[in-house]
Amino acid sequence: MVLYKDINLSETLIKIRGLKFSRGDRVIFDNVDMDIPRTGVTAIMGPSGTGKTTLLKLIGGQLTPDAGTIEVDGQNVHQLKTKDLYTLRKRMGMLFQSGALLTDLSVFENVAYPIREHTRLNEAMVRQLVLLKLNAVGLRGAIDLSPSELSGGMARRVAMARAIALDPMMIMYDEPFTGQDPISMGVLVKLIKSLNDVLNICSIVVSHDVHETMSIADYVYIVSAGTVVEHGAPEDMRNSSSEWTRQFMEGLADGPVPFHFEAPDLFDDLFAESGKKRA
Amino acid sequence: MLDSLLDQIQRLGRGTLTAISRLGRANLFLIEVFVGQGGMLTRPGLLIKQLFSVGVQTLIIIVVAGLFVGMVMALQAYYALVDFGAEDSVSVMVVLSLLRELGPVITALLFAGRAGSALTAEIGLMKATEQLSGMEMMAVNPIERVVAPRFLAGVISMPILAAIFSAVGVMGGYLVAVELLGLDPGAFWSQAQAKVELYKDLGNGMIKSLVFGFVVSWIAVFEGYDCVPTSEGLGQATTRTVVYGSLAILILDFVLTALMFGK
Amino acid sequence: MNTRTIELLVGLFVAAGIAALFMLAMSVSNLASFGGDDGYIIKARFDNIGGLKVRSPVSASGVLIGRVTDISYDLEGFEALVSMSIDPQYNVFPVDSSASILTSGLLGEQYIGIEPGAEEEFLVAGSEIDITQSALVLEQIIGQFLYSKADEE
Repeated sequence: MVLYKDINLSETLIKIRGLKFSRGDRVIFDNVDMDIPRTGVTAIMGPSGTGKTTLLKLIGGQLTPDAGTIEVDGQNVHQLKTKDLYTLRKRMGMLFQSGALLTDLSVFENVAYPIREHTRLNEAMVRQLVLLKLNAVGLRGAIDLSPSELSGGMARRVAMARAIALDPMMIMYDEPFTGQDPISMGVLVKLIKSLNDVLNICSIVVSHDVHETMSIADYVYIVSAGTVVEHGAPEDMRNSSSEWTRQFMEGLADGPVPFHFEAPDLFDDLFAESGKKRA
Repeated sequence: MLDSLLDQIQRLGRGTLTAISRLGRANLFLIEVFVGQGGMLTRPGLLIKQLFSVGVQTLIIIVVAGLFVGMVMALQAYYALVDFGAEDSVSVMVVLSLLRELGPVITALLFAGRAGSALTAEIGLMKATEQLSGMEMMAVNPIERVVAPRFLAGVISMPILAAIFSAVGVMGGYLVAVELLGLDPGAFWSQAQAKVELYKDLGNGMIKSLVFGFVVSWIAVFEGYDCVPTSEGLGQATTRTVVYGSLAILILDFVLTALMFGK
Repeated sequence: MNTRTIELLVGLFVAAGIAALFMLAMSVSNLASFGGDDGYIIKARFDNIGGLKVRSPVSASGVLIGRVTDISYDLEGFEALVSMSIDPQYNVFPVDSSASILTSGLLGEQYIGIEPGAEEEFLVAGSEIDITQSALVLEQIIGQFLYSKADEE
């Protein structure tokens, strides 16, 4: 059964059922179900700290859930043997928040890294591939720089080029827009969308930058407090019946998530006897 | 009052459990590092690069330290022996103390401070900037690629550095004894030849430094891999490498000395 | 720094380590001196070997000519039986040469000193030295001294 609401979407690439995951005493996911389509941009949004990055790590097999299953392209990720997991990972691209470029290698060597690791192509072919991938993200000229010479946005674009080096079937973006200036942000948004459409792959964007993410998303999941609060097409999210969702979408200062952190009455606090412990 | 006492006991218990589970993690990690050595068969360049960063770059400090330690030993030995008319035995004291103790131990301590902390910082920084995670997601085993070469480089470098330390120390001792103190050069070498044994002194010293290399490299790579990925956590990890590494060296030195040189 | 330079330096590093090891082994250990494998074995019996050990030196006129290879107790003669390996280039010791256990220097390492005799026959592998002088034991010397002192009175 496919969970999509009212939309005609392609078949499912990633099936998450009954996912439960805790870190120590904190419950991060409590019985989460998700379907992520094979093509298109799927956004996973929610407040900071709800474990969106953790979800990507669970999908990639770096973390193991306490309960539930995650199936990628029909394979149960956490039941795979290490060798098969690595084979599956070659078909996944991942863009970390900081880019995670290897600092002791140049831009060229970073993008070439997965190609050299997993294929036996000769150096001439590797060079051509790297040039093409960098061209796709607009950084072919930066090929000889080292990661320390790149700005944050450029580092992420190089990381994007590296993520598509092996022509994966899906790319996961972990908070790609955080801390970017408007131009970089615009570039990244455009790139994610165009890469997705040109390569016809699944792009999962985890973010809390509502405006940018909504502009390119084909399907949206909103996650908070360990469960999927809502999911659907972007327009449906904007017109949601849930007050909480609307507060999140519109960035309102007060609403179901209150402005004031829990505190005693103001009058009592101001005029309490000095030294008296607060009730 | 009883509450705070119970609190303390509880904290002690928790601390002990944490330490024990850390030790367990370190052992499991060591096994992974052993298994990961295989990756270097097809990529010897990784090992060579680490031998350079860990071994060659520690060389200067080892040579300078060795020279001065050897010279000091010769001076002290002379002052101690000259009252008995036994100053010809200066070379024996210098060589034996260098080969058996000072060479392996001081080299290991300097190594822990310079190379050990660098290893921890490198690996810890790669963890903090998600490079290790990134490698995993690119289907590359970070232990094979990043940790194992550094570990092996440490194990190989340590005996080499200790040998160089002792050799330079002996030469420094010779300089002081013959040039400065006027002892007979022939007597210097022949006395040493008579009293120093190849397997017992040189061999055991090399075994010691091999053991030290193993332990210090293990601690250094584990602390880096296991650190809290913040700048604070990284600082704590490098401190731990130097402190625990140094303590381990000194304690092991006692155990090994008792085993090797006891009757 | 490019790969070639790095490889070169690492190679030099490892070579320096091996050279250091070699230098130490050669110049300060007893590897350079008498190995003892190809010598010929002769025996001697002593009442008391004192602090003599296996690998203790055997000298003649102060020159190292061999090493002690075995020390055992002979139950037939109730005395110590010492075997020693002599460097084959020193093969002209007369059969009536004597072996004494002497102490070297102040710190007391004991060794066997060989005094040549006058016969024309030479010691060969398996020969035994008949004339031996045991090690001086401190208590016996003190005892003799006290005894002779008591005798005087």
